[in-house]
Amino acid sequence: MGVWIMAGVTFREAARKKILWMALAAGLAFLALFGTGLHYQMKDLAAGRVRPILLKQIPGAMLMVGLYAIDLLTVVMTVLVSVDTLSGEIASGTIQAVATKPVPRWQIVLGKWLGFAAMMSAYLALLVGGINAITYTMAHVTARQVPQGFALMWLESALLLSITFFFGTHYSTLTNGVLALGLVGLAFLGGWIEQIGAATNTTSAVNVGIVASIIMPSEALWRRAANDMQSPLANALNFSPFSSASLPSSTMIVYAGVYTALALLFAIRRFRRRDL
Amino acid sequence: MTQATESRSRSPSTVLQQSAAGLAIATRGLCKVFNGKVAVRSLNLEVPRGEIFGFLGPNGAGKSTSLKMLLGLATPTRGEAMVLGRPAGDVPIRRKIGFLPEHFRFYEWLTAAELLRLHGRLYGMSHSRLRQKVPELLGLVGLTEHAGKRLRDFSKGMLQRIGLAQALLNDPELIFLDEPTSGLDPAGRRLVRDIIKAQRERGATVLLNSHLLSEVEITCDRVAFIKHGEVIETRELNSLLAEQTTVQVRAANLTAEMAAGVEQWASSVCLQNHQLTLSVASREALPQILRFLVDRGAEVYEFTPQRLSLEERFLEIVGNDGGL
Repeated sequence: MGVWIMAGVTFREAARKKILWMALAAGLAFLALFGTGLHYQMKDLAAGRVRPILLKQIPGAMLMVGLYAIDLLTVVMTVLVSVDTLSGEIASGTIQAVATKPVPRWQIVLGKWLGFAAMMSAYLALLVGGINAITYTMAHVTARQVPQGFALMWLESALLLSITFFFGTHYSTLTNGVLALGLVGLAFLGGWIEQIGAATNTTSAVNVGIVASIIMPSEALWRRAANDMQSPLANALNFSPFSSASLPSSTMIVYAGVYTALALLFAIRRFRRRDL
Repeated sequence: MTQATESRSRSPSTVLQQSAAGLAIATRGLCKVFNGKVAVRSLNLEVPRGEIFGFLGPNGAGKSTSLKMLLGLATPTRGEAMVLGRPAGDVPIRRKIGFLPEHFRFYEWLTAAELLRLHGRLYGMSHSRLRQKVPELLGLVGLTEHAGKRLRDFSKGMLQRIGLAQALLNDPELIFLDEPTSGLDPAGRRLVRDIIKAQRERGATVLLNSHLLSEVEITCDRVAFIKHGEVIETRELNSLLAEQTTVQVRAANLTAEMAAGVEQWASSVCLQNHQLTLSVASREALPQILRFLVDRGAEVYEFTPQRLSLEERFLEIVGNDGGL
């Protein structure tokens, strides 16, 4: 019961954060910009100035650029919205009024996690649904496997949420934010090293990328999501933020899921033991 | 993870469990060390049920840390504690406990009524019970007109009032109040005082942590003096204040012999002009002192026992070094 009460109040808390609405406004502005760009692109295509083979590929590529931007926006938003929920409330003492109620501490953490996860799911669904609706309306193109892609992007957001919760039970809000976004940066860099390594057949570079993915599998999730969503032809291009010369394995996806669950479990464990 | 007692509370010994019977709070050798610094050295405390118990001590004496350990917010480094017959930190027993933290604050977008409903649900209260309880408590703390106002628009005093209301939602058997009158104006303080007394009449136990000794003096049945994380003394307030008495005597014909004669009852005697100032250990000696003086020819115009304030007793017991 305590879990659902905490989830409900956290969802409302997240919904009241200005940053979320700013991000939503940014997301909608981005969709508008995307729609305008696509509109002119489609005009060109209709005028026959583009080779027929590219007729589906160009809106498809634009869709992937859009999804990539949505992915980045969602990852950053997940961290920013939830970064102070535990560390901030511990520092301000707000948590004391809740932690002295007949609700076990694990329910407080799990409830908060579910509240933020629900909010980020809605955010992601709105943007992913919105961009696919735009490309479908204008160019009759959607991402190839939207549910799989959405699930992987959702897992990436959930992963960041768990990591932010884990750091939030150990460190101050600022340190938490730096660490969580630092890991995202590390995964991003590692992902590119891996792709370049794969393109140039440099095994060591690929291994560096894999190690980076083991430390933080967020970029691997995006690479896999991009692979599932874009056309096989675009996938064959091999070298872009959306295609993978070295495709993350299914094991890596399972690993990311386990990582997400463990980070949350360790956050709960730490929160149960620490002084408030 | 569903165990009733969260990992940070330990099972108290049988001896403490037995001695805790009939007590709202019992601790033995409770100790808390933060990064090598001792916050609470060895707290031995017994709080009888149904009393208003004052927790007094200078800044840094370990009062708030002790409160946190009793509430299960902090894990003791050593020692044991029982609260309402269960180990401190026990989750189900929290249904019977109310807590007002120092500087109460909560999500500022909630209205006063929403805040109470949320905390009521955390206590496991039904919607119908809350429909009755929330307006009742808002009325009790004088916030009926502000039920729909958001906390961001609340003054510090109003936040304290709504914080007190959330601590009373579940009709608790034990209420922890950490500086409940901070931020309140005189009317607010009086209101809090009356509410605390009403809780005692209801049969509840109140642990009051306050810097305002005058408040404690008016409200509490018993006080514990804490210094360096130890209880120096626990006393019933009435007896504590009655014990040491200073007496001012104004009389004609006072002599040095008379002053010397009353020394058998007084710990200090000072004769100046027609005024004798005595410090006596027990008020029971007062009639004998008066008779002694009159029998020896003193013409007494004034014989005034002066009650020591709690502040004076506090400084006497804890010392005026602030406990540092």
